[in-house]
Amino acid sequence: METKGTVNIDGMLIPIEDEKNLLELIRKADIELPTFCYHSHLSTYGACRLCISDIEGMGIQATCSITPSDGMVVKTNTAEVRQIRKVNLELLLANHDISCPSCVRSNNCKLQDLTRRLGVTKVRFKKTDKIAPIDNHSWSIIHDPNKCVLCGDCVRACKEMQSVGAIDFINRGANTIVGPAFNKSLKDVECIYCGQCVSVCPVGALVPKPETEQVWKAINDPKKYVVAQLAPAVRVALGEGFGLEAGTISTGQIVAALKRMGFDQVYDTSFAADLTVIEEATEFIQRKLKDENLPQFTSCCPSWVKFAEQYYPELLPNLSTCKSPQQMFGSVAREILPKLLNVNPEDLVIVSIMPCTAKKFEAKRDEFIHDGQAEVDHVLTTEGLGRMIHETGIQFNKLKPESFDLPLGFKTGAGVIFGNTGGVSEAVLRFAYEKITGETLIDTDLKMTRGLDGIRTVEMQLGKLKIKLGIAHTLSNARKVCEAIASGESDYDLIEIMACPGGCIAGGGQPVSFDPEFRQKRMQGLYNADKQLELHKSQDNPYVKELYKMTLGEVGGHKAHELLHTHYHGRKRINDQVITIRDTEHPKIEVYVCVGTNCYLRGAQELLQKMTKYVTENKLEDIFGFEGQEDMVDVKATFCFERCDRGPVLRVNDTIIEHATFEKAKALLDSEIQKIGALIRK
Amino acid sequence: MKTEPNKNFRQFQQVLEIIEKNNHDKSRLIPILQQVQEAYRYLPPQVLTYVATALNMPVAEVYGVATFYAHFSLEAKGKYIVKVCDGTACHVKGSSKLLDALYKKLKLSHQKHTTDDMMFTVEAVSCLGACGLAPVLVVNEKVYGEVNAKRCDDILDGILQEETSLKLAESEEISK
Amino acid sequence: METIAKIDLRQVKETYNKTASRIRKRIVICAGTGCIANGALTVFKAMEKAIADAGLELFVELELNRHDHDAAYQITGSGCQGFCAQGPLVNILPDETMYVKVKPEDCAEIVERTILADEVIDRLMYVNPVTGEHNKGQLDIPFYARQNRLVLGECGHVDPENIREYIAHGGYFAAEKAFTKMNETEVCDNLVESGLRGRGGGGFPTGRKWHLTLKEVSEKKYVICNGDEGDPGAFMDRSLMEGNPHRVIEGMMIAARGIGADEAYVYVRLEYPLAVKRMRRAIEDAMDAGILGDDIFGSGHNLYIHVMEGAGAFVCGEETALMASIEGKRGMPMPKPPFPAQKGLFGKPTVINNVETLAAVPLIIRNGPSWFNQHGTAGSKGTKTFALTGHVANTGLIEVPFGTTLREIVYNIGGGVTNDDGKVTGEVFKAVQIGGPSGGCLTEEDLDMPLDYDNLIAKGAMIGSGGLVVMNNQSCMIQIARFFMNFTQSESCGKCVPCREGTKQMLALLDDIIEGKATQETFELLEEVGLVVKKASLCGLGKTAPSPVLSTIVKFKDEYFEHIHDKRCATNNCKALRSITIDPEKCIGCTACARKCPVNAISGEKKQLHFIDPEVCTKCGICYDVCKFDAVLGFN
Repeated sequence: METKGTVNIDGMLIPIEDEKNLLELIRKADIELPTFCYHSHLSTYGACRLCISDIEGMGIQATCSITPSDGMVVKTNTAEVRQIRKVNLELLLANHDISCPSCVRSNNCKLQDLTRRLGVTKVRFKKTDKIAPIDNHSWSIIHDPNKCVLCGDCVRACKEMQSVGAIDFINRGANTIVGPAFNKSLKDVECIYCGQCVSVCPVGALVPKPETEQVWKAINDPKKYVVAQLAPAVRVALGEGFGLEAGTISTGQIVAALKRMGFDQVYDTSFAADLTVIEEATEFIQRKLKDENLPQFTSCCPSWVKFAEQYYPELLPNLSTCKSPQQMFGSVAREILPKLLNVNPEDLVIVSIMPCTAKKFEAKRDEFIHDGQAEVDHVLTTEGLGRMIHETGIQFNKLKPESFDLPLGFKTGAGVIFGNTGGVSEAVLRFAYEKITGETLIDTDLKMTRGLDGIRTVEMQLGKLKIKLGIAHTLSNARKVCEAIASGESDYDLIEIMACPGGCIAGGGQPVSFDPEFRQKRMQGLYNADKQLELHKSQDNPYVKELYKMTLGEVGGHKAHELLHTHYHGRKRINDQVITIRDTEHPKIEVYVCVGTNCYLRGAQELLQKMTKYVTENKLEDIFGFEGQEDMVDVKATFCFERCDRGPVLRVNDTIIEHATFEKAKALLDSEIQKIGALIRK
Repeated sequence: MKTEPNKNFRQFQQVLEIIEKNNHDKSRLIPILQQVQEAYRYLPPQVLTYVATALNMPVAEVYGVATFYAHFSLEAKGKYIVKVCDGTACHVKGSSKLLDALYKKLKLSHQKHTTDDMMFTVEAVSCLGACGLAPVLVVNEKVYGEVNAKRCDDILDGILQEETSLKLAESEEISK
Repeated sequence: METIAKIDLRQVKETYNKTASRIRKRIVICAGTGCIANGALTVFKAMEKAIADAGLELFVELELNRHDHDAAYQITGSGCQGFCAQGPLVNILPDETMYVKVKPEDCAEIVERTILADEVIDRLMYVNPVTGEHNKGQLDIPFYARQNRLVLGECGHVDPENIREYIAHGGYFAAEKAFTKMNETEVCDNLVESGLRGRGGGGFPTGRKWHLTLKEVSEKKYVICNGDEGDPGAFMDRSLMEGNPHRVIEGMMIAARGIGADEAYVYVRLEYPLAVKRMRRAIEDAMDAGILGDDIFGSGHNLYIHVMEGAGAFVCGEETALMASIEGKRGMPMPKPPFPAQKGLFGKPTVINNVETLAAVPLIIRNGPSWFNQHGTAGSKGTKTFALTGHVANTGLIEVPFGTTLREIVYNIGGGVTNDDGKVTGEVFKAVQIGGPSGGCLTEEDLDMPLDYDNLIAKGAMIGSGGLVVMNNQSCMIQIARFFMNFTQSESCGKCVPCREGTKQMLALLDDIIEGKATQETFELLEEVGLVVKKASLCGLGKTAPSPVLSTIVKFKDEYFEHIHDKRCATNNCKALRSITIDPEKCIGCTACARKCPVNAISGEKKQLHFIDPEVCTKCGICYDVCKFDAVLGFN
């Protein structure tokens, strides 16, 4: 190995390899310097000033921003450095709403941990901040600015990792806060609810929205029959809240705990994942054979779906119409369980346990609520379930493993690896290979799909069909893939997208981990779980076969479609924004032109200008024979009618035109004036 | 309050021109916001949303920039912006008394910066670099040096008088 | 592309000077921000009219091809002449007569007596406040006579909106030399040899900065001129950009040549509209003359300069924050390294220099580095401009060689310490605040110390950009420290913890001291947190933010202790520490104070002596205002 020299760290000579910065090298020397704002997968921010050390010749420096070089002499714990760290922490505490006992991040909070570690026992400074309102309006995430330490991790995660930028810094100096534009709620902006902000938040400023009380209420209601579905990634992370190593499989204990808590039945979302594999792979093979709507995108990740709806409406036909496993489970359960278990349909409560904050949002999508009945009633996150178990006093680690209930608790390994990036692809290939070639796949470990690279490509010959598969995780990578498709540079057939880095195992609802290897460990946990099962291919799941036979009929058939498939629509990124362009005394006709990004790109600006010009430069009322009428027409620019793939979109009173041209719009406006004018005259 | 029907259109038209002139260039965000603020006298949220769309940027980022710089205002400002310099020299020579006098005369405060008739906005600003003339007061672009409370009164009265005669002229115009 | 006819500098200079030599009188009216505010533009118009009324032929701009100017007169506006408090300033050449505080109604007399009859008008001359002497012109006025105006050289003499005047004064010859007769390395070497250090704060050697940027291999590099002069009490850069914009441009051209850049930005703060206007005009004129743009002086090199207006953020004076601002982002500093020389604007190698630094560059190339480095001290070469303000008779813009003492500046150039009304009445000098919010205080004992970078750093102050605020004995140093703390606190970008939270707490601690709520612990905590902010902040602004406090803690410890332990402010500036009493000798018991007191703190029967209850009194001062007998004591 080529030597890049060594750095003297507190007297130890540490060889430089390819560490990005001195902080990483110091951590290699097994010294855990404190940080708030450093994350190896985000850009260096250098703001918390806790990783400072004394470097010979350079003085006190933040080690996260220093490139190590040969011969450097670093002291990480001089009296001066220690004092600075303590005062810094004290300053943060003075500005923090110290409500630790009632904070959900208590015991898993960096601020708390460092206060203890650095021995800060007293805050000598005054409280200076006013109390800011808490945003708990979205389904997924609660934002409490009073706990924020302004490390900016969430801002960078949202911007760099997801390329969304729903939150940013607002104001300056001591007035700085983090939040969405115009201090709106996360509910009203382009937040995709992935919860990566939650995952990187060192304190309790961003936490998943709990639904624990609603779940307790259902459990405690003797009339209700409460069933749980457990997502794959939960089983390799929940244990972390009970002192277990990341990646430890604790499926049996979770089932046992749920049973003790009072769930009537406990099922496995992996069952629905097996179903998804079969439906989605079948859909893909059909599209591939017809060369239609390719590449096909996966649709199991709700953050990715919302992202596509907001930014790539033209690609929505390319998304698989399959519901996510959570929703497939919900539909199937509602369809079969009342009869199977002999319960009243309205008394059946379906609770899903997910590693994900966006699943909470997904469960509330209009498409998944039928006649007021949601397919899934409540979504608990992994950490939420962990807190519930803690509350009961159940000694999780001492529980005897129990088994899932049948039939919806039976799964193959294909449905388990869904929680990893590449897992859906691997599961689909295990199905498609046999389906297309008619041969049996012996070695089911398709390792070329695995790994942590942001965008991976897998090419596979399946009989006569050559298939090119793309696997991307994090939405900034998804964006790259989408842009490549838009520019025609991409020739993928199937693209798997997961919003979280590493897949669901690193979802925003998982316990927050400060272990730098937690992703790898949880991923390995799921692959091990696959190994431990006897079946590895979705098509081999006997209960899935049974379900098709008894209920769904043909794969991709009518009933399957009704229960397992859905549709998508363009979606606005920000609510309640209208620009008044012509504002008359008594408008009787309102013309709204959409200037959201997609319409904008399709020429909405020109349309708006022409319409405004037409309205302002002609006395339309006179032209149409309503002399003496005051100006009747208002013009407004609005952001999004959520018909983004059909833009530009324009509305005149209640009529909406898609693919609007000036001529069409003018004709509509003219007829409206005639209609209203005639009414007025009467 | 309804405004004249075409004013909004003219302002919006300006925004479109500003964006075109700056080539939809993200790095030109600050000049764009400055020009938009000139057109509207502040930065209306909807227009910021539009700017974000036109520059293909997240709205939060545009909002973050708009709230970072002291010059940008998210609230409508008065026709006359009275800036009281609070640089060292002005401070030493009594700029805070000047500010108090203005607040008193215009019935404003540290919390309320703009008069109800949208005529005046009073701001304390950082050094205007005219320290030799401290204390300094600027009305729109015009600099007044060595201003005391009395002179300040005179300046405002002058403006008010001008406004009254303007209105008179306008109403005469209309009556003709 | 249209090719612009290249300008021939020598020819322009020669023609201009030939024509100018035929002008009989040249009237230069200062049109800097200060003088304009004092009415210089109306004086300008009145002067034009007076000359026309006298039937004289007047040129505002010389017509170069006319050779019959023998009897003609020229009137021109200039940039800041520095003597702002005395404006509007009218300079008459070649007489070198300078009139101060000129009013429009003086113009007819000036034309009649000075222009036509070569007389000097006594009442318009500058009066030395100490000696009472009337001084005729800049050569006699100590304010000017004791300066050494190199960087400000043409400032105040040339018309900033006339590129030919700048050329006639030798302008753009240095740029021509750099582009046609020198290579990149030679340009940088010249700068190294000159010993020029950055004038904006840190004092980093300019030549070294350029070399570091030159060394980087990149197809694109930038030059940035930092004109975001945000220090309260400083206006050197404003005056330069307003008074001699072409010099700044020429400096940028040489910098671009030195590092191999073809694009440059001037970042000017929003509060300087006139500077923006003049810089824009100067760039346009230089483009029109073919001095900027493509193929400069036939060298094959190009340079385009953009003007970027700030939006009101002090922190943008910090170089990485400034670059973020040009890129359209929040002006938040980034950790260094990487330095701008490696990864600067839009990720490209960038040289960023302050206005004054760049304005010195043409002199170095024009006259040679050894000419330049003969000025100043061993470690600080050349001259430095200062904005001299506060309790000093001659406020304004000055330029002196490094090594000049504070005594020279305050007493000789500045004309001595004044009282609040600007009169020299033998007030005692207390301190000078130097370097604005990043700087510190110097006192009596430092009056004879030669001013340069290293001496100031050793004293816990810094040159900063060069604000120099003189304070007399009536200034409370805790209030001064608080003023600056309040400033940095509200201008902190909010990124790093020590600066954002630390300055806020420092301000709160200072408030406790001023309000009489402090204890010894307050003082110790103030010092402790001050040191943490200094050592641990991310950027230079944060690191220097505690300086005004830390330096006053050292220099005026007793004053702090007096506030903290005795609850007393000797200068009576701290309202809460005032002890308000009624003078039994003067009180006649009129009850006016008792009736007006908003908190009913005053008691006393009619025609009896009144008393103030110190527990209730809020020290608002209304009693003092209403008392017709000066019986309320404790307010100044």
